[in-house]
Amino acid sequence: MKKEFLARFLVILFILIAVAIPFAGQWLFSRNKTDIIELHARMPENGGWSIDQIDAEVNEPIHLRMTSDDVVHGIAIGKSDLPGVDIFPGEFVETTFVFDRPGQYTFYCTRWCGPNHWRMRGTIDVSGEGRPLQPEPQPLFVTLDIDIDSPPIAETVPTEQVSAERGANFASLLPTYAIDRTTYLSTSPAVLWMRLRAESALSNLSDQDIWDAVAWIWQGQTTPANLENGQRLYAENCAACHGETGKGDGVMARNNPVWDPGNHNMDKSSDSFTGEGFVRPRDFSDPKNLLGTSSALLEGKIIRGGMGTGMPYWGPIFTSQQIEDLISYLFTFAWDATSEANLD
Amino acid sequence: MVRMDLTRYPWALSILRNRWPQFLLRAVTLAGFIFTILAGLFGSTVGSHNFAIIFVWIAWWTALKLIFIPFGGRSWCSICPIPMPGEWLQNGGILIPRGKGFGLNKRWPKALRGSWLQAGGFLLIGLFGALTLTSASVTAFVLLFIIVLAFVLSLVFERRSFCNYLCPIGGFTGLYAQAGPVEVRVKDAEVCASHAEKTCYNACPWGQYPLALKSSANCGLCMECLRVCPSDNIVVNLRPWGSDLGPKTKHRLDEAFLGLVMLASALVDSAVFLGPWGELKSAAYSIGSTPWFIFAGVFLFAAFVILPGFYVGAVLLSIQLDSTRITLRQSLAKYSQVLVPLGLMAWIAFTISFAFAKFSYVLPVISDPLGWGWNLIGYSNTAWVGQSTSLSLLLQIVILAAGLFWSSRVAFRISETPRVALPMIAFCGIFSYTMLWLLIG
Repeated sequence: MKKEFLARFLVILFILIAVAIPFAGQWLFSRNKTDIIELHARMPENGGWSIDQIDAEVNEPIHLRMTSDDVVHGIAIGKSDLPGVDIFPGEFVETTFVFDRPGQYTFYCTRWCGPNHWRMRGTIDVSGEGRPLQPEPQPLFVTLDIDIDSPPIAETVPTEQVSAERGANFASLLPTYAIDRTTYLSTSPAVLWMRLRAESALSNLSDQDIWDAVAWIWQGQTTPANLENGQRLYAENCAACHGETGKGDGVMARNNPVWDPGNHNMDKSSDSFTGEGFVRPRDFSDPKNLLGTSSALLEGKIIRGGMGTGMPYWGPIFTSQQIEDLISYLFTFAWDATSEANLD
Repeated sequence: MVRMDLTRYPWALSILRNRWPQFLLRAVTLAGFIFTILAGLFGSTVGSHNFAIIFVWIAWWTALKLIFIPFGGRSWCSICPIPMPGEWLQNGGILIPRGKGFGLNKRWPKALRGSWLQAGGFLLIGLFGALTLTSASVTAFVLLFIIVLAFVLSLVFERRSFCNYLCPIGGFTGLYAQAGPVEVRVKDAEVCASHAEKTCYNACPWGQYPLALKSSANCGLCMECLRVCPSDNIVVNLRPWGSDLGPKTKHRLDEAFLGLVMLASALVDSAVFLGPWGELKSAAYSIGSTPWFIFAGVFLFAAFVILPGFYVGAVLLSIQLDSTRITLRQSLAKYSQVLVPLGLMAWIAFTISFAFAKFSYVLPVISDPLGWGWNLIGYSNTAWVGQSTSLSLLLQIVILAAGLFWSSRVAFRISETPRVALPMIAFCGIFSYTMLWLLIG
């Protein structure tokens, strides 16, 4: 009978050990990690970030211990130079963020984890002493009262390949307003072309000459370094929907219906998760689209997103400079071959 | 045929007869089973980092098919934790033979006997396999359900009714244990004949009478008969592989069905898990959706119509060629033996392909069983995604060829003339070729 009791004791002991391992282990491993925040990354369909709001103090480090519960994700802080971190499924990675200015920061997923990838966002509220983050100035599209939900179509587009190089030859003939930055920001290439076409001083120039001049003006508003930055941002954040070549055929959006202004209805909410109501982005490589669009409109679209189209809002993520670089890069789709020369 | 009686070696006999070695293994597997359920419920949702997925579907499932069955028949059943809590309660103790314990001790309904339900259970595993095999929590719920079911049934029905009639793995293991190299038999039939008490039958949790054992399919190698026989008349033999397969053993119709279900499952699992068809994978995974119903329909059609159709066709042809009088039903049952080596080798070939690729996950999940970022033995994050090497491809071809050769040999042995065996051999050839195509492409 003694043996029987020993056997029963062993069964219970082994089972207790089996039950104790997870619980004791969790206690042991978390004992010295009280100041560490465990953050699980999940596709929005699976619940998104396990914590989407973090409170912190200025100059006090936020230690994050992160893992992914499904696919590869990444984390970065919007409008910040803090390096991003990749988060692999089932593996743990630790990182520390320190903020020296109070304000609200946005953390977001940096990997295309699924169609709702961009919804993986959370906020870090940093309080304490220090110069607070400056609120963004009102974007130009608001000041100019541009309706960014109905982007105009260019009435005229170049019939031949434009060349900023050739356009440089007419630089001296151009009126001052044409090369003014305000004009670049608030006017579409097509509108500027029409204004220049109406200038009597330019009546000797052909239509194509004026297009070349406009291309030259647009080129003058950016630098190769900015364009390169814009291209990188585009590849990382936009290409999944807008497509590598800007045609709107990115892998996440190529099966959506083509955008039709007639169907656009602000009141009809699209189903964010199923993507119902989402449209295929407009084709940037069709000059009719971008040449009719001003920088201010594109900026508004990027900051605010496209209501009901599936286009995310990037206001809390990109700095003004990043948005400017992106817009410069977007116009190269329209200028087509000219852009290749610029990038080289 | 040559047999090696292990009980002739005193050390082997004492290991087999003593209840402690087996008990300790059972206690460890039971604790491991409970730990697996906990890991599945509370551990990482990432399958490759969860003990439940890796240990159940990679380590154990592989070990069962590559080690336990080919080298020990139903040896896994002798240490399986699932029936233990119920059996201990039935026996009224851990280290004592069957006797006065707890439970209603009812007989299993006659209509539900045989391996029909086991075959059905195995089909269910296949239908929901893509989800069960990848979701740790589903795995945990399945394990929990099985152990609770086994426990409840043991309180109502006598002996190991769950193992005998319901456990899908029991069906799988029992079928292929006929080809395994271990058997429990009586030493001298005369001794048993003159013994009126049948202590061995009374002690057998499986309801077997060792004197009548012709096949190892339903013997769980628990060694209870060895322990209680007053005349030391029980032996444990190592025997040539496939000893239960031949003209002298009796077989039932449900064995043919079980064998065909296993073949269909091997084909479907190979197509789903190893095939290049992404849509098939997602169909098998998205349970309840239209593509899944199509997948399930095709699977069941293969298991209930296509494979049985070919099998019945082959058996009918054999009957045509046979000069002796034998009914279709008898023939269908008799030829089920051919399906045993054929299926066993197909499952081994299937297992090799994923075992080679996935076994590297085993050490990391011991190091971090719940996927919580532990590093107990320093092997976390060391998994590499394995490749199907040319060696494993070659092995698969050899094993499938061996399966075809072996099943053909069985077909010849149980047929009147070689000519009669030809339709069954053709059936085996078509199956092996399909399997080869799915595995190697």
